[in-house]
Amino acid sequence: MPLSDDDVREILRIIDESDVDELQIETPAFALHINRSAAGVDARSPAPRGVQGAGERAPAPAAPAPRGEPADGSVTIPSPMLGTFYRAESPGAAPFVEVGVTVTPDTTVGIIEVMKMMNSVPAGVAGVVAEILAENAALVEYGQPLLRVTPGE
Amino acid sequence: MKRVFIANRGEIAVRIVGACRRLGLECVVGASAADMDGMAAQLADRAVCIGPGPAGDSYLRDDLVVQAALGTGCDAIHPGYGFLAESPRLATRARDHGLTFVGPPTAAIALAGDKLAARSQARSAGAPVLPGGEVTTAGEARALAADIGYPLLVKAAGGGGGRGIKRIDDDDELDALVGLARREAGAAFGDDRVYLEKLIESARHVEVQLAADEHGTTLALGERDCSVQRRFQKVIEEAPAPGLSETTRARLQQAAVAFAERIGYRNLGTAEFVIDAVSGDAYFLEVNCRIQVEHPVTEAVTGLDLVAMQLQIAAGEPIGISPDGPGVTGVTGHAIECRLNAEDPTRGYMPSPGTLRLFSVPERRGLRVDTHCRPGATVPPYYDSLLAKLIAHADDRDGAIEILRDALGDVDVEGVETNRTLLISVLAHPDFAAGAVTTDWLERAL
Repeated sequence: MPLSDDDVREILRIIDESDVDELQIETPAFALHINRSAAGVDARSPAPRGVQGAGERAPAPAAPAPRGEPADGSVTIPSPMLGTFYRAESPGAAPFVEVGVTVTPDTTVGIIEVMKMMNSVPAGVAGVVAEILAENAALVEYGQPLLRVTPGE
Repeated sequence: MKRVFIANRGEIAVRIVGACRRLGLECVVGASAADMDGMAAQLADRAVCIGPGPAGDSYLRDDLVVQAALGTGCDAIHPGYGFLAESPRLATRARDHGLTFVGPPTAAIALAGDKLAARSQARSAGAPVLPGGEVTTAGEARALAADIGYPLLVKAAGGGGGRGIKRIDDDDELDALVGLARREAGAAFGDDRVYLEKLIESARHVEVQLAADEHGTTLALGERDCSVQRRFQKVIEEAPAPGLSETTRARLQQAAVAFAERIGYRNLGTAEFVIDAVSGDAYFLEVNCRIQVEHPVTEAVTGLDLVAMQLQIAAGEPIGISPDGPGVTGVTGHAIECRLNAEDPTRGYMPSPGTLRLFSVPERRGLRVDTHCRPGATVPPYYDSLLAKLIAHADDRDGAIEILRDALGDVDVEGVETNRTLLISVLAHPDFAAGAVTTDWLERAL
C-alpha cells in the first residue's frame, strides 16, 4: 500500500491535532517516525509547524514579521493574513513558484483565500526561492512563514 | 458539538475555555498577534493568530473568524461579549457555513440591535418603555421634546451598551445636538437613526438574566443591579438587586420573559430596565444578546454555570431546570462584582496599557477572580482595559462588601495604573453600604 501525498498530509493533519510528541509506526509498506519536539513545536499547542520558535513562544509581533530568521541569510515571507493558502491559481495548475525560481518583490508566490475572497501574496523581496514552508490548501495563520527566499538581484 | 472556536480574548476567553473543559469540549482560541502569548491562547487546545493587534483587523473580522473556525475543524463559535458578539453578520456567516453560533437567532440579534424596533416590540409585549421616539428633523425633535419634557437623552438606534448617548437639557442643546447625534450615529454604527427618550435623573439600572432553550422554555434567572456607573459604563454589579420589592422583581421578570417569547429569543440574554428611584416605576431599555461581563454574580447566587448553559442550549439541549426549580426563584446569599481596570485615575481614568511587572490578587473564602492577567503579561493598547473581575459571594450584602474590601486591599498591580482605589472608595462609602444607589451617584459622590 503506497502512501500518496494526500495520505501524508492527512497523517500530518491528524498528528497536528493530537497531543503526541513522538510517533513511530512501522508496517511492511512503510516506516514513519515523527518527533515533534525536534521540530520545535510547543507540545501543548498543535500549531502548524514552524510557527513557533523552539520551545518558548516568541513574543508576538505587532506586524507580520518572520520569527527566527535562518542563519544562512535567507528571509521568510510571512502570511499577510489568516486564510487558506494555495500555491497555484487553480487546482491542477502549475504552482506560482517552485524552489530555485527567481522572484522579484512583485512576483505572486501564492494565494490566500478568506471566505471565497482570493488575495494574492507578493514575494516582497527579490531573490531565489529556497524552501516552500506552507502546505497547499492548508490553513495559514497571520504571520505564519509561507516560504523562504535567498535574497539576490 | 465537539470543538468550539472562541472568537474573543481576555478574561471572557479564559472563562469560555473553562466552560468547554467542564463540558468535555475541545476549544480553539482565535487570537490577535498581540494576544498569542495571552492566557486564553495558552490554555486552549490550540490558538490561531487571526490578524494583527488592532481589533478592526482581527477580532472584528467575521470573515477571518469563520475561516479560522472552519480551518481548525471547529463546529461552533462562541463570540463572548463585545467585538462580534452581537453582530448579525457573524451569526449569519457562521450558520451559512454549517457552524453552530452560540447565541440567539440572527433575527433576534438584528432586532435587539435596533433599539427603536426593540422598544416597539417591548411595548407590544406589555413591557413599559420610557416616553420618547424617533426624530429626524429639528422640528420633530422640538415637538417631541415639548411632549416629554427635559432633561432627555438622544440615543442612536444602532447604539446600545452606553454608546451613542447624549444628554439634552434645553431647546438650544436639542437644536445643536440632534443633527450632530445623527451624523455621529451614522459614522459609528452605519445607521443614522436617533431617538429621544425621557431621562430619569434618579434611576437605578436593573437587568434580568434570561435563558431560553429550543424546547419552549424561557426563564428569568434573577436580576442584577448595575447602578454604579461612570459615563454609562458599569463599575460594580450585584445580585440580587438590593431594596427591590418582590412586586417589582416579579414584574421585571415577567416583562423580560414576555419580550423574549415575543421575539423568539433563544440562548442567554439580558433585558435591561431603568427604575425611577423616586416613583419606583420600571421601564424597559434594551436587550443584550450575549453573555454579560457581570454574569458571575448571577452564577454565584444561583449556582448555575451560565457559559456552559449557553453551549448546551446551542447544542440543542434543554435548560433542564423548571421555573419552579432550585436556582431560579431561589437565590442563595448576595454577590457583588467589581471590575479592576487598567485605568489612570489621575488622567480621567484613561486606559493605561503596559506590561504587568506585578499582578497579585489574594485568595479569600467566598471570592472568585476571573482574569487573564499574571505577572509579565502585557495589557495591549487595542482593547478594553478590564484586568480582572473580583466576585464576592456571602450570606448577605454586608458580608460580600467585606470580602471585596478586604481582597482589594491586598490586590497588588505594578506596571499599569488601576482603578483599585476607586473601587475601594465605592465599597467603603456609606451610600453604597446603604444599598440602592442611582446611576448618577458615582460621578457625584467621588
